[in-house]
Amino acid sequence: MIEISHVNKWYSPTFQVLTDCTTSVTKGEVVVVCGPSGSGKSTLIKCVNALEPFQSGEITVDGTKVHDPKTNLPKLRSRVGMVFQHFELFPHLKIIDNLCLAQEKVLGRQHDKAQTKGMQLLERVGLKEQAQKFPAQLSGGQQQRVAIARALAMDPIVMLFDEPTSALDPEMVSEVLDVMVDLAREGMTMMVVTHEMGFARKVANRVIFMDRGEIVEDAPKDDFFGKPRSDRAQKFLSKILSH
Amino acid sequence: MNYNWNWKIFFEPNPMGTGTYLDMLLSGLWLTIKTALLAWIIALIFGSIVGVMRTLPSKAAYWFGFCWVEFFRNMPLLVQLFLWFFVLPELLPKAAGLWLKQLPNAPFWTAAIGVGLFMSARVAVQLQAGIGSLPRGQKMAATALGLTTVQGYRYVLLPMAFRIILPPLTSEFLNTIKNTAVAITIGLIELTGQARSMQEFSFQVFEAFTAATILYLLVNAVVVTAMRFLERWVAIPGYITGR
Repeated sequence: MIEISHVNKWYSPTFQVLTDCTTSVTKGEVVVVCGPSGSGKSTLIKCVNALEPFQSGEITVDGTKVHDPKTNLPKLRSRVGMVFQHFELFPHLKIIDNLCLAQEKVLGRQHDKAQTKGMQLLERVGLKEQAQKFPAQLSGGQQQRVAIARALAMDPIVMLFDEPTSALDPEMVSEVLDVMVDLAREGMTMMVVTHEMGFARKVANRVIFMDRGEIVEDAPKDDFFGKPRSDRAQKFLSKILSH
Repeated sequence: MNYNWNWKIFFEPNPMGTGTYLDMLLSGLWLTIKTALLAWIIALIFGSIVGVMRTLPSKAAYWFGFCWVEFFRNMPLLVQLFLWFFVLPELLPKAAGLWLKQLPNAPFWTAAIGVGLFMSARVAVQLQAGIGSLPRGQKMAATALGLTTVQGYRYVLLPMAFRIILPPLTSEFLNTIKNTAVAITIGLIELTGQARSMQEFSFQVFEAFTAATILYLLVNAVVVTAMRFLERWVAIPGYITGR
């Protein structure tokens, strides 16, 4: 589904953020990307739907070449759902309109069809009653669930999560993770940047560990948590799992 | 001070035979309003386009916006009006210049366009700041959903940016109204112009300018009140700066 091969990215000639990153996500797979801050995880995931440009290498999503200048990027992006750390709901639109906007403007769905779809998804994330409210009237956890529903409304073939729980109060983390676990169990292809190792243990197929822009480890979940092959991953794990 | 106050002067007929002195002032007020409204529309249209251009990734768009703003805001308004009114017709090919000079209501059109372009630079800077104040993730979220750049601005960025800059835009609208008084120098007999003619005909300088002052205050009070209503009307429930 996602093929990332030899991707390099520089912010300036002397500052390389991604170094020769190669990995893949197959259909129905859940891949967790972890690593210390500044290691390039968010940058890598944003390269997948071309929110960040990269200078060399290739990324292919479902056969579409992301790096090809001739690719219709809006069309590609409409099939790749993305959830951000800070939710990024559109504050001037009601919750239901947040879900309908791209359905109507990008996919060309009729308003009532988009509404029906939106309400179904709101029900699924347990927020049907909030449909007529505005984002600022919801808690962080609720906003992030709406953001997931908004991405799902586009019928994505793959979902990207960029630290979806990092900006949440601890008590709200689990309501968002529950939605993500359900999604994973239903067979959604997911690439998730997160520090939630509990989530990784529960549903991940593979774990990618990044450090200083490089993919240091790319292993099946059990191998990764069993005994990481690299020192750096071991150190990272011992630090975040010690509490 | 030896001055004959005469507040009844407003109800005496003016020497031009167009009714009373009050009618004279009111016709000036009407011209002020017409000029200001047209100038404000021009300022909003060009200011919005240029303001958006200054936030685009394209270098060419940015430089065009930069030059526009620096050209129109770094020259005194009076000089700009003289340029458009006296200099431009001489620079054009003879036929075009002649056509411009013989245009009926030339002072009106010159004033509206001149003040409009002058104010557009200010609107552009406000809008650029408004767009810049939005979280970077908003544009990313719009892009990630598959919205094109135009759609992203139309449905996501601009609705919020304009809400944020409504209070400073109110000031710019008031400035537009007040700046039309400069057009007296190119022969536009708006409110200030009529007050001056009244003074010349009747020698009642204090009465004339007291009336003009009150009329300006009234118009601006109406604008301020209307903009307050607009701000309340577009406010977003729960959103802090929307209140």
